[in-house]
Amino acid sequence: MIYLDNSATTKPHKEVLATFMQVNELYYANPASIHRAGVEANTLLAKAREQIAQLLNTEANHVLFTAGGTESNNFAFYGVAKKGNFRGKHIITTEIEHPSILEAAKRLQSEGYEIDYLKPDKNGVISLDELQKKLRKETILVSIMHVNNEMGAIQPIEEAATIIHENSRAMFHVDAIQSFGKLPITFKDEAGPDILSLSGHKIHALKGSGVLAFRKKPMIEPFLVGGGQEFGLRSGTVAVPQAVAFAKAARLAIEALPVQLEKYKKWSTNLHEYFAQFGSEIFVLSPKNGAAHILSFSVRGLKGEILINAMQKRNIIISTSSACSSKQTKTSHVVEALNVDGQFKNGVLRLSFGAFTTNEEIEEFKEAFTAVMKELKGDNER
Amino acid sequence: MKFKEILVRYGELSTKGRNKKDFINRLRDNVRYSFNDIMPLKIRAERDRMFIEIENDEKLNVLMDRLPHVFGIQSFSPVASCGKDLDEMKALALDILEDYRDAGDITFKVEVHRTDKTFPLNTHELQREMGATILPQFSNFTVQVKKPDVTLRVEVREDAIYMMAQVIQGAGGMPVGSNGKSLLMLSGGIDSPVAGYLMMKRGVRIDAIHFFSPPYTSDNALQKVKELANGLTKFGANVRLHVIPFTELQVAVKDNVPDNMSMTSTRRMMMKVADKVREEVGALGIVTGESLGQVASQTLESLTAINDVTSTPILRPLISADKLDIIKIAMEIGTYETSIQPFEDCCTVFTPASPKTKPRLDKVQHFESFTQFDELIERAVKNRETYIFPQKEVKEDKFTDLL
Repeated sequence: MIYLDNSATTKPHKEVLATFMQVNELYYANPASIHRAGVEANTLLAKAREQIAQLLNTEANHVLFTAGGTESNNFAFYGVAKKGNFRGKHIITTEIEHPSILEAAKRLQSEGYEIDYLKPDKNGVISLDELQKKLRKETILVSIMHVNNEMGAIQPIEEAATIIHENSRAMFHVDAIQSFGKLPITFKDEAGPDILSLSGHKIHALKGSGVLAFRKKPMIEPFLVGGGQEFGLRSGTVAVPQAVAFAKAARLAIEALPVQLEKYKKWSTNLHEYFAQFGSEIFVLSPKNGAAHILSFSVRGLKGEILINAMQKRNIIISTSSACSSKQTKTSHVVEALNVDGQFKNGVLRLSFGAFTTNEEIEEFKEAFTAVMKELKGDNER
Repeated sequence: MKFKEILVRYGELSTKGRNKKDFINRLRDNVRYSFNDIMPLKIRAERDRMFIEIENDEKLNVLMDRLPHVFGIQSFSPVASCGKDLDEMKALALDILEDYRDAGDITFKVEVHRTDKTFPLNTHELQREMGATILPQFSNFTVQVKKPDVTLRVEVREDAIYMMAQVIQGAGGMPVGSNGKSLLMLSGGIDSPVAGYLMMKRGVRIDAIHFFSPPYTSDNALQKVKELANGLTKFGANVRLHVIPFTELQVAVKDNVPDNMSMTSTRRMMMKVADKVREEVGALGIVTGESLGQVASQTLESLTAINDVTSTPILRPLISADKLDIIKIAMEIGTYETSIQPFEDCCTVFTPASPKTKPRLDKVQHFESFTQFDELIERAVKNRETYIFPQKEVKEDKFTDLL
C-alpha cells in the first residue's frame, strides 16, 4: 500500500513504538507517586519534557502534555480567553483554521467574546496589514495556523509575531500541528509565537498525544482540574508512555528535518510539473511556495470520492482535503474561503508525504494517476 | 566570533589590603574549578581585574551562563577586540551594538580610554568619531552622558583595540574558600541549602552532613539531599557530603528519652555527631538553617539545650529571616524545587506529638545519662559515607534509548 495521507495521520515509527512498549512495561508507575517506581517514571517524564523543551527552545516547565492537537488548540483558545478576559474579550484568528479553533471561537463568541476572522488571499495567505488594522487594546489572543492542513499554505508567522507584539499585548498562538517536524518552527527569544500546539500522531508518534508549549510561563486557565498535575494546568495522571514516545518522535523528526524537507520539495516540484501536463483539467490549490509535504488539487467536474476509490483500487491511498471533515457533504470552509472555481470545488484531493514516503512511491502514484485519468476522462479530453 | 575574552571585575576583595593576592588566586582557582568541563581556560589575573580568554562561542555561552553564580565577582563583560585601524573599529562597534537595535529607545554614550598614547586620535577625537559613526545607524539611540543605558567602552591598548558594551552583574560576595571551611547540616528542607549558600557567599567552603535513617527515610530523600549538595557547587566550589547512618541513634533516643524531650535529644545527638565530623574534616564551624521561632527546636531555650554539647561556633545565617524571604532565596538559587519534594527526612520521622518548646537542659541531660550514646555516636561517625560533588554527570543510560 502506498500511503499518501500523512497529514491525516502517520504510521508510528518502529523505534517510537518500541519506546512506547518499553515504557509501559518498565515505567508504568504513577509519576506522581513517591515510591521508587513513581520517582523513576517521573524522572523519565521530566527528561521527555526537557527534550521537547530543548527542541522548541523553551523551558521544561513551559511544556504541557495533552491528549492531542484538538485538545491543545482548544486549551490554548479557552485557556487564554478565560485568563485574559479582564483585559479584553477580543480575539483574532483566520477563516482557514482547523475546526478545533473555529468551533472554539464560535463557542466563545456565544459567550460574549468578539472574534475577528482574517481572510486569506487566493494562495491561502493572510494579510499582515489586515492583521495590524484589527489589533486593538482589548485583543487578548491571536491564533494563526502555521501550515494549513488542507492546502499547505504557510503563514508569515515571524512577521505576524512582530506585528502582534509591537502593537498589542495579545498572546500569539500558533497551531503548528501540520508544520512541526516538516518546517522549522520554534520559539524565538523575542519575536515569535507565544504558544505552540503540536500533535503526536502527525509526527509518527501515537494518537492521543500532544503538546501545548509556551515561550514564557504559561498564563492560562486550566480546564481540567483535580490532582494538579502538569503544574496545575492539566490535571489527570500523565500518560507517560505517550509523552515519552512523543519526545522520541519529535527528536527523530527534527533530526531528519533538513533531509526530509529537501525530499518534500523535490516531490512537490515534480508533482506540480506533472499536474501541469493536464492543463486546465486539473487545478492545483496548493501554492508553489506552500508547505512542500502537502499538495492539494482538484479535477474538473470530478467528485473527490470517485478518484479516491479509483486510486484505492490501485493500492494507493490519497484523501480529500481534510480527514476531519471528509464525511461531511458540504464544501470545506477552506475551499470556500479560497473562492475556488465551482467546477473544482467538490473534488479537492490531498496528497501528503511523511517520513516513510519514497521516490518510487511518487513515481508509482503518477503512473497510476495517469491511468485513472485515462479511464475516467478518456484519451481525447487530454 | 566578535568576543575574544571576558573581563571580570572583582567584588569586595578590592578592599582587602595584603590578603588581596590570596583572594585573587582563590577566585582564579574557583573559576577554573567551576568550568572544569570546558577546560582549558586561559585566565590572566591582574591586580584589578581578571581576563578569561574565549576560543569559541560554545565556551562563551557556558561562561555567560555560569559566571553570574561565582562568588567574588562584582561584574563582568564580554570584550571584543580589533586592530588599531579606525575602519575596523567602526565596523566592530556597529557589530557589537547591533544587539541593541531592537531594544526600544536607548540612551547611549561612547567612553574612550587611551593607554596607548601613540594612537593618532586623542580621546575626544576618537569619542566624537565613533559617536558620529554609530548614531546615524541606530534610530533608537539618543546620547546621554550621565547614566546612559548602554556605554560602549573603547580601550586603546598597546596591543589592540578592546571594546565592550555589556556589564553583567556578578554574584558579589567573596571567593568560596577565602574564609575557611564549615560543616553544613543539610536536612533536605528549604532552609539548610539557603544557609549554606549564604555562608558560601561570605567565602566559606562547605562540607555538608546529612542524617540518614533507613528504612524510615527513603533513598528518594537521600537522592534529594545529594541533588541539593550538588546544586550548591555552582557557586564556585566543590562540596563534600557526609551521610551519617542515623537510625540506630535515633531509635535509641526514641526508646530511652521521654517523648516530649526526644526531639531535643535527637538534635543534641546530631550536633555531637556533626561536631566530631567537623573535627575530622578540619572545618572550623557548623552551619545550620535554623530560624528563630520557626519550629519547636528553634526557640532560644531549645537552641540553648542543643548548643550545650559543643563550644564550636554554630553559624545560623537565617536566624532572623522570615520563611518567605528564605523561600525567595531558595527559588533564586534553584534549590526550592528540589527541597519541596515530599519525602520524609530524619527530622520528621519520629516527631513527637507535643515537643517541648522550652526544654530544660538539666532534665534532658538527666534522661540521656542512662544510655551509652557515645558508643553509638562513634559508630555513626565511623560508618559515614562521603560523596564529592559535583559528580561527573552519570547519564541515565537506560532512559537515553527511550528518548
